[in-house]
Amino acid sequence: MNRRTALLTFLAPALHGQSADIISRITGGQQPTIAIPDFRGAGEAQPWMQLFNLTLFDEVASAGLFRMAPKSFYPLQVPQAPQDWKAPIGGRSQGPWLTDWSNPTVKANYLAMGYCAIQNNQLVLFGWLYDVTQPDLTNAQMFGKVYFGPISEDGAKKIAREFAADILAKFGAKSLLGSKIYFVSNRTGSKEIWSMDYDGSNQRQITRFNSICTTPVLSPDNSKLAFTSFLQGNPGITVLNAESARRLTFVNPVSSIVASPNFAPDGKSMLFSTKIGGGFPNIFSANSDGSNLNRVTSARAVETEPKINPKNSSEVVFVSGRSGPVQIYRMNSSGSDVERLTDGTGTAANPSWHPNGQIISFSWTRGLEPGDFNIFMMDVAKREITQLTHGAGRNLNPVWGPDGLHLVFCSNRGGSLQIWTMLADGTRLRQLTTAGRNEMPVWTH
Amino acid sequence: MLLVKSHKQLSIALLALSLSLFAVGCKKKAPAPPPPPAPAPAAPAPAPKPAPAIRSFTVEPGSITAGQSATLSWAVENADSVNISGIGAVQSTGNRSVSPSSTTTYRLTATGPGGTTERSVTLSVSAPPPPPRQEAPRPAVKSLSEMVGSLLADVYFDYDKSDVREDGRSILNRNAEALKQIFAAHPSGVVTIEGHCDERGSAEYNLGLGDRRSTATKDYLVNLGIPAGQLKVISYGNEKPTCSESNESCWQKNRRAHFSAN
Repeated sequence: MNRRTALLTFLAPALHGQSADIISRITGGQQPTIAIPDFRGAGEAQPWMQLFNLTLFDEVASAGLFRMAPKSFYPLQVPQAPQDWKAPIGGRSQGPWLTDWSNPTVKANYLAMGYCAIQNNQLVLFGWLYDVTQPDLTNAQMFGKVYFGPISEDGAKKIAREFAADILAKFGAKSLLGSKIYFVSNRTGSKEIWSMDYDGSNQRQITRFNSICTTPVLSPDNSKLAFTSFLQGNPGITVLNAESARRLTFVNPVSSIVASPNFAPDGKSMLFSTKIGGGFPNIFSANSDGSNLNRVTSARAVETEPKINPKNSSEVVFVSGRSGPVQIYRMNSSGSDVERLTDGTGTAANPSWHPNGQIISFSWTRGLEPGDFNIFMMDVAKREITQLTHGAGRNLNPVWGPDGLHLVFCSNRGGSLQIWTMLADGTRLRQLTTAGRNEMPVWTH
Repeated sequence: MLLVKSHKQLSIALLALSLSLFAVGCKKKAPAPPPPPAPAPAAPAPAPKPAPAIRSFTVEPGSITAGQSATLSWAVENADSVNISGIGAVQSTGNRSVSPSSTTTYRLTATGPGGTTERSVTLSVSAPPPPPRQEAPRPAVKSLSEMVGSLLADVYFDYDKSDVREDGRSILNRNAEALKQIFAAHPSGVVTIEGHCDERGSAEYNLGLGDRRSTATKDYLVNLGIPAGQLKVISYGNEKPTCSESNESCWQKNRRAHFSAN
């Protein structure tokens, strides 16, 4: 065995191990195993089942909460409805039973099952979720529900996604269903803010300023969109109603630069980077209309990208060049107790809080040339750092999805700068944009 | 042809003239006139002839600016001759446009069998306002943006740095002289210093770094005596690169302070 093969065989399990580790580090527990056999359709529903099954499996798998039981180990007799279960009598099988799924071959903890039919000119899904480790059906059935959709591809996807969201909700996961991603695109010739659904569909232009709009951020209730623009000549903050794109009041301080806004969890105040008089752009606070301006940091260095902990408004992470190359720091919202979180090597950028308020994601050039950013996450209390991307292009602006398991980020790994999503362990990569250059994504909370 | 035609007209006229002379000659041969009427009874002594009366002599308007004109109007009775100084003999009633270059008094003299009457009017003439002063001849002034574009050189920075390098200082010393020249030609002009960065830092940090570069450049120029109020700073971070390749020569071109006129 030559050296290279040896290295590969060594690396493969290591990477796989790290992958599972990352998710459990976020969720704080082991991943249960779920089995999702292919559902069948009665009569006219059958043509839609392939798309339905793909969507259901993908939605549940991409949540990252579960280990997916390999389909090849599934029992031959698959139940489609509760009446199909036949408890064994005297140790003898009478038909499909819970233990078929929990046995050492499949090793599932949970089973999603059901079927589809056409009823009243609608595509109808009858779906159930079972805990197959329970001894009897009363304890095993977690829920059963009926879902309706139009008889179309969209209808098949809709009922699959809604069922998946209900399954995930049983495990405390917030579904991505209905979530949106706002981002910056230059596809019209100037940098404007756009929005899209979490899967890249329904891309829509929000701003039409023909200026430069960058660093968008959403208020915690997703109602306001704030960003840095050149509408007044110098960089300044603009706030819009996220739905209507109507401009809301924000009075910028008189300064050559006002940038990188971030909302407090209550939505009533903001942090941003500005400088008053001469000096360096530092962190300031103000009400969300720009009134009541207060200095937070005072360093002879550029300080920007303040991000307030969504679970603890007195904790802030930000970037600063106060010790040399720009690094990630944390502080109290008063500006006290400043600590550097990264080790001083490379340059770091784009901190973003996980919804749980314990983990941040950020970009860092650690160990690489300037500009070669990878995505990392850090448990802020433990200072435990995990690298999530490994050298595929420039990877910036990682922002957590509302499920706390996915990240949206921008990367030029495919040749041009585009928006991607991935499961935090680096798997399930998905490119969401293709037109123009797209960057600086933010996910609705 | 014209000449011939006028000869013909002339001869016709001469013929008509001689005919009429002949007719007059015939009259002289009429019979003796009847006796004159009896002399009229002695008439009373004739009344003395009245003196000429100047009914009006005015100038409208009474004052003008040199170059404008006014109208003299007059009406005289019982005069055989009417004379206005500076104009000469005129009819007993009339008007005349005048445009003297300085204040002038017109004297009307009416003479008739009854004597002579005079009256004067004065038309005051004021000097026109002086024309705008002739601009001192000087070379054509270039526009602010032309001067900024041709006289002010970019200043370059090291990666992630905003302090002005040695080469930047000599460029800024020359730019300061050029700025004095520019502000002499455009005393209320404002020059913008744009701070730019290469693509390698994050866009968020680069916006701050670009502000530092433009501010450091401004501070250096203000120290050389350039009025701070005429220098504006703006950061474009890495939003407006001048070069788009990913190599050091291109990155260096983008790490700059650039001067513009807006």
